[in-house]
Amino acid sequence: MRKTFVEKLLLYAKKYPSLMVVTGDLGYSVFEPFMQKFPEKFINAGIAEQNMMGMSAGLALSGKIVFAYSITPFATVRPLEQIRVDICYHNLPVRIIGTGAGLSYGTLGPTHHGTEDLALMRAMPNMAVCAPADKYELAKIMDASMKMKTPLYIRIGRSQEPDVHSFPPPLKIGKGLEVYSKGGDFAIISCGNMVHTALQAAAILFKEGKKGKVISMHTIKPLDSALVLSLAKKMPLFTLEEHSIIGGLGSAVAETLADAGVCPPVFERFALPDAFQKAVGKHEFLRMKNGLTPEAVAKKIIKKL
Amino acid sequence: MHFWPFSRYFRAPQKATYLPYIICMPYYKNYLVGRANLIKLKSPTFYMDRTSVNPLSSHAKEIRRKILKMIHASKSAHIASALSTVELLVSLYFKIMRIDPKNPSMQGRDILIFSKGHGCSALYATLVQRGYENEKILQEFSTDGGKLWGHVTSGSMKGIEATAGSLGHGLPIGLGMALANKKRNVFVLMGDGECDEGSVWEAILFAGHARASNLIAIIDFNKIQSLGNTAEVLDIEPLAEKFRAAKWAAKEVDGHSIPHICAALQKLPFEEGKPSVLIAHTTKGKGISFMENSLAWHYTPPDDKQLEGALGELS
Repeated sequence: MRKTFVEKLLLYAKKYPSLMVVTGDLGYSVFEPFMQKFPEKFINAGIAEQNMMGMSAGLALSGKIVFAYSITPFATVRPLEQIRVDICYHNLPVRIIGTGAGLSYGTLGPTHHGTEDLALMRAMPNMAVCAPADKYELAKIMDASMKMKTPLYIRIGRSQEPDVHSFPPPLKIGKGLEVYSKGGDFAIISCGNMVHTALQAAAILFKEGKKGKVISMHTIKPLDSALVLSLAKKMPLFTLEEHSIIGGLGSAVAETLADAGVCPPVFERFALPDAFQKAVGKHEFLRMKNGLTPEAVAKKIIKKL
Repeated sequence: MHFWPFSRYFRAPQKATYLPYIICMPYYKNYLVGRANLIKLKSPTFYMDRTSVNPLSSHAKEIRRKILKMIHASKSAHIASALSTVELLVSLYFKIMRIDPKNPSMQGRDILIFSKGHGCSALYATLVQRGYENEKILQEFSTDGGKLWGHVTSGSMKGIEATAGSLGHGLPIGLGMALANKKRNVFVLMGDGECDEGSVWEAILFAGHARASNLIAIIDFNKIQSLGNTAEVLDIEPLAEKFRAAKWAAKEVDGHSIPHICAALQKLPFEEGKPSVLIAHTTKGKGISFMENSLAWHYTPPDDKQLEGALGELS
């Protein structure tokens, strides 16, 4: 995913003279080609994220389109007030890229786990929030972002994520994508790096005779509430995300249902608990510990059906 | 006989031959609009207004009057923080900055970011005094349904470049603007208490490193912050040394002397390849005797009697 990210930036640098890329001293083995080709469009702000976001706002106030990059918690939680006041209040075209979605940074520990970013970014006025499932979705979202004049948060994975699509999907910001559709027994609404898990869970359920749908809800804000409500009226609904149970995709879907007074036959949110990770482990191990493997998700869904 | 006004007209400049020609120009214009103005030409106050009184300091006085009235009417806080910035704002908006009040978004204009957002009444009054907006807008300050918040908010008034209020945001934004367009100067007016914020020091380090020589920080060093004297709460001295250590060029100045401020900012940057900082030593509540150097006036608005007394001091 990060490779696609930098490839896209190289293309934009030629096409858009106003492009600027800012990093908080991160992106080893990602940014090198960009730094070499476009040094005047690249700022390494050092390990100083508050200044990085303030500076990005200043660049955007002067007509630049800015991509500001760091590891998820350092791109969101650390400079939150700069995002709120400097970027969102001025409603500026700054694209905040948080890498290492959810528990991607595994053994590096809870300081590096990005588990509250969607909740925080959703709460920022003017901010749109995206979590692409694979490199194809990321490329489409980045393309769309170059035409947006408002703030955008993009949560990306680390590297080597499996692809969900085999070719670029017809993606529109704010419209969910149906990535799997075999029937109406259930629907899993997922985002980011969990869409692949949702597909695997759906495959397991298919073997058990349960035919359902998987939605890649790559845009968490503004949420595609029309799609959520139409599914909720017809079938059991589940949400799946690698984010705290508070404030993420599941919360957004639940809010939509509650506001519309629509009650699906079954509704459950699969997410991380409201807690820091205690057990040390790699990404897959931590997913297993938190019940976010395809098998665990499929088992819980069967129980509910 | 009917030629007499013309003879007066030609005599008038002779009476004041010490005046440069440009200053005499209004005589000619005044003559053309009628005889009443000829009488005005003879009045001693007319000569005084044009010569002996420094017009910039009269702007400062008028801005102080506006601040007092705004804060009194809205019963809001931070009057003393506004009063300490007045001469700095006058020097910048009337002398130093390349701006056009008739075209606030002029390409390549100089920028001022008023980072100590709580002192915003001074900025609002200065922008009105400079001709960005009609004076009426000041009645919208900190009032229900009004347009002007109690901290600087962009979009609320022509000439405001960035929102500020939470401290320590202006310098990073100003740094970004300075890097984006190196052909203009970006001034950031900050408080001394504001320098407690970590984000300020992140920006100081990076600006020095990036040689952002079109960035000029101006510190309104009035020595008092929210809960006490700066020296006692969190001593930031020696401030100039700290900036210099971070590869900035620093100057110190009497922050209430317009000639000194203008002289200090005449040549920018202070040193080639370095951002500049002007540490302006100021008095909190400057200009109103009973508000000077008093913590209480960080919070209290003047009552009717105090307003009268304060306006009296400015007359």
